Amino acid sequence: MPRKLPALTGDNRAFWQGGENNELLIHRCSACTRYFHPPSPVCPTCNSFEVGPQAVSGKGQVASFTINHQPWTPELQEPFVIAIVELEEQTDLRFVSNIEGIPVTDVHIGMPVRVHFQQEDDVWLPLFVKD
Amino acid sequence: MFDRLYEKDVAITGIGQSEVGRPSQLSAMRLTADACLEAIADAGLTRDDIDGVACWPGDNNNGDSFSPVGPNALKNALGLNVNWFGGGYEGPGPLAGIINGVMAIASGMCRNVLVFRTITESSTRQHNKQASALTNKTQGRDSSFAWQWYTPFNVLSAVNLMAMYAQRHFHDYGTTSEQLAQIALTCRRNAQLNPKAVYRTPMSMDDYMQSRMISTPLRMFDCDVHCDASTAIVLSRRDVAKDGRNPPIRIEAMGAALNQPWSWDQISLTEGAAFDVGRMMWARTDLKPKDVGSAQLYDGFSILTMIWLEALGLCPVGESGRFVEGGQRIALDGELPLNTNGGQLSGGRTHGLGYVHEACSQLWGRADKRQVADHNVAVTAAGGGPLGGSLLLVRD
Repeated sequence: MPRKLPALTGDNRAFWQGGENNELLIHRCSACTRYFHPPSPVCPTCNSFEVGPQAVSGKGQVASFTINHQPWTPELQEPFVIAIVELEEQTDLRFVSNIEGIPVTDVHIGMPVRVHFQQEDDVWLPLFVKD
Repeated sequence: MFDRLYEKDVAITGIGQSEVGRPSQLSAMRLTADACLEAIADAGLTRDDIDGVACWPGDNNNGDSFSPVGPNALKNALGLNVNWFGGGYEGPGPLAGIINGVMAIASGMCRNVLVFRTITESSTRQHNKQASALTNKTQGRDSSFAWQWYTPFNVLSAVNLMAMYAQRHFHDYGTTSEQLAQIALTCRRNAQLNPKAVYRTPMSMDDYMQSRMISTPLRMFDCDVHCDASTAIVLSRRDVAKDGRNPPIRIEAMGAALNQPWSWDQISLTEGAAFDVGRMMWARTDLKPKDVGSAQLYDGFSILTMIWLEALGLCPVGESGRFVEGGQRIALDGELPLNTNGGQLSGGRTHGLGYVHEACSQLWGRADKRQVADHNVAVTAAGGGPLGGSLLLVRD
């Protein structure tokens, strides 16, 4: 399926390109030790600038999901699953992605998942499969 | 510490609305002028009495059908001389124009503020079905603050995000599609009594359940209907308002809080901004949810209406499904008449101010065949995800 890719910046580059080394890189504050997402140059919890990308396990669970059936564009291959994945490192550390590799109707909230990367141009999209 | 809550010094004195077209042959500015001049006259004012203009989200300077007319353009079109004017997307959702207008009056900047909201998504979609796609908010790669985190995963419409809120609500609280359907069915029943409503043919539970699945668990009838329309509200300083044509409708309390990230996936999936907003609003009044006689709650997607019911304390947390089940409680003759003009699901996506217009119509006893029992307290709220604002309205 075609995808609109993000414009890379100094702040988001690690997240979108970590997959080149098979790493899911999530910003973490070394002052308060909290992970946070989306990445930013300042910690939203304690406002420290001592932040940077750190590799996480890439494992998590489905916090919620939806099966998209609507053919928004002719190129889309529906149905496909959009999910909010919560990473195992921290409660509420989560982001939107896709779940692939299993029938769409098998996806459920709480399902364990792990990351795999799909390269599109200079972006390595962190997608998830059942773990 | 302030000892006053200043929104109480402001009242709604007039309302106006253009035709609601699907599509309209009128231009966006003509729709806007129709709504605004009607609202000014309804307030018993003249153009020269208006000294402030507010709008959400305002002009994006790109002719965007989501908001084709902003305060600058309206000011010129009507020849308004103002002490203050403002618009812009960044605020507490579709009621932000009202909230800003209230603040402009409460701070002494203005006496009468014209608030408006124009939308022409229907006519634009006649020639560009993708006009509203999230991927069209940026050209080339996605450089937006918010959308770049969703569009690479083919989140092309807000419905995908709302669907994940609904899925989580179903999971956590046992909410069912049959319960959710009651929002759509109630709106359709009410729309049949509203001559301006876009969809007025009867809808059954079977019709709902058989409607096309868009993004599980949300079906086509869980999504509002695009239209071309403009709605306008006149806000007046309370001492000015008492001389108007209509009994003033006081802004008893406002909610505009966001105590979570501005994000569609980093906030509570079952609360959004709405619970923050509700807590703030009720902290600013002695009134209680049981005092509310009618509710006009955002139904851009049906699940959001359910979340607002809970957020505003109109039913217990997690209980909105059971509260609306069967539809009796939220019917025109029920304990809490809801979205009495058909909401956006059947009335048309006037996007925010349509709820305020309808709340005032009900409080003033002008809702004709859909008029509910006389009451003097109404609540309205708009937004989903990180967008949220609410108004508690009292006709003295």
